[in-house]
Amino acid sequence: MKNDFYIQSYSHVKNGEVSVNGKTVFKTSETDFKLVMKAAYKKLIIDHPKFFKMDNLSKLGFLAAHVLLENEKEKNIALILSNKASSLDTDRTYQESIKNVEQYYPSPAVFVYTLPNICMGEISIKHKLYSENCFFVTDEFTPKTLSTYANELLESNKARKALCGWVDVDNGKYNAFLYVVAKKGTFVHSEAEINRLY
Amino acid sequence: MSKIYLSHNNIVSSFGFNSISAIEGIRNQVSGLSLYEDKKILGTPFCSSRIHQEKLQEHYSALSPNEEHTRLEQMMLVSLSDCLKKANIKLTEKTGLIISTTKGNIDVLENESKYPESRAYLPVLGEKIRQFLGFGNKPIIISNACVSGILAIAAAKRFIKQGLYDDVFIVAGDLVTPFILSGFNAFQALSTEPCRPYCKTRTGINIGEVASSVLVTNDPSKTTDESVIVLGEGSCNDANHISGPSRTGEGLLRSVEAAIKQSELQSGDIDYISAHGTATMYNDEMESIAFERANLSNTPLNSLKGYFGHTLGASGLLETIIGMHSLHQNTLFASLGFQELGVSRPLNIIKETTSKNINTFLKTASGFGGSNTAVVFQKAQV
Repeated sequence: MKNDFYIQSYSHVKNGEVSVNGKTVFKTSETDFKLVMKAAYKKLIIDHPKFFKMDNLSKLGFLAAHVLLENEKEKNIALILSNKASSLDTDRTYQESIKNVEQYYPSPAVFVYTLPNICMGEISIKHKLYSENCFFVTDEFTPKTLSTYANELLESNKARKALCGWVDVDNGKYNAFLYVVAKKGTFVHSEAEINRLY
Repeated sequence: MSKIYLSHNNIVSSFGFNSISAIEGIRNQVSGLSLYEDKKILGTPFCSSRIHQEKLQEHYSALSPNEEHTRLEQMMLVSLSDCLKKANIKLTEKTGLIISTTKGNIDVLENESKYPESRAYLPVLGEKIRQFLGFGNKPIIISNACVSGILAIAAAKRFIKQGLYDDVFIVAGDLVTPFILSGFNAFQALSTEPCRPYCKTRTGINIGEVASSVLVTNDPSKTTDESVIVLGEGSCNDANHISGPSRTGEGLLRSVEAAIKQSELQSGDIDYISAHGTATMYNDEMESIAFERANLSNTPLNSLKGYFGHTLGASGLLETIIGMHSLHQNTLFASLGFQELGVSRPLNIIKETTSKNINTFLKTASGFGGSNTAVVFQKAQV
């Protein structure tokens, strides 16, 4: 039998603004990504200094997830994230550190972030989620892939909720849209609704 | 619920350009690993298994390409086109394409690369593969560290179960590059000799190069002699550390438990484990803890890294294909390089290649970001 699932809540992080369910919770006129993250951290996260060791993609995903999960009781939440640039933002930094023999400084602390799923690892650590993870890379936001995957995990009882969405950082541009799929919620878990909220 | 099968398959590796060449090498306990001195890749000698460049060119040229493809694209095209040819099925709107890779065309970031930086975007790589082979649907790319290859199989099953596709072709591949080798070297994880998973005197990991492909289908008439049923799967996070494996093996344990539960089996029903076994100190130790907690300490187990090294985004699929052939040949392949147990918990490492009736195997992988995946397979016997 098919279950019906709903979108319980959603968040956006873009253009210096963080919003939850369409309502602004943080806003700055700052345009530099790192400064936006620093200011948002002070207002919204406060107590996770490891945040500053993360790469840009992890910071963005961590922040967008934090505003949705900070009061969430359920721990069996699958993470199903996606983007276009994978970890290319950090890959470029790492490649720069090994580009020639004279300037050869490969750093394990940078190298570890050259994978997009590290962002889900950071979210899992903070919120103690020993749950399903999958990272998809697509040229544009593709709700169908995410919703199909989420439905399967929820219907097969591998997860009770799913945190899905888009988290992309590339050459100073950034955009995150995450949403929690659950048995109860305000919006129907359909491609059309996901696209509308995006 | 109809069953979901793994069917036609291909392995492009240092052993050759099909699965059989790799299986033959393993059966004869030949390692594909050797010492390379290639300063363009790493300033010091490194142990690896790489695909023969000229032979790759020959196989690629035989496909009559109408544009130039990167080395990784060539590897993937050669592998997947062979798989497609063997499967000989019409590509429809119900045929999916999944690509598994950790770093894709990362070598285009190098100064000397003749390709534009845009080629480093994984969707660009995906589109090249889709276009050349004539898939109608956009590829679904999975980049989930070292579990990508096995997670791709789990994902294919999940998409088929939801009715999105009837057939999914998966192609998986990653390159041996300065990027990857310098990174693992910076972690002081690389071994200059062939790796020895789970061995007391293991000295670290080797990175190897492979492309592999498989057809995942819900149609029993499309299966092959070595086909297996995908029974159950799980992919759980350690929630512990982004680069270090969990000390309790929590994520791997949960993945294995989820996979076995969905399979409606008990741990005692698993005949063979194709484990991750990278031969780093921490990974192998973590696995021994997780397998003990899952009551799998006595189950015959190998790591195939001694034959290929760690082939990153390809490894999970590569090792699953070898598992299929292992079941079909009723043969447990030796865990090459192993001498004496060097982990704190018991493991039943396969020391010699032996004949045994085996029906069911468990494939596992673990990677950076706290990722783990486990999938249970059973002989299709159709």
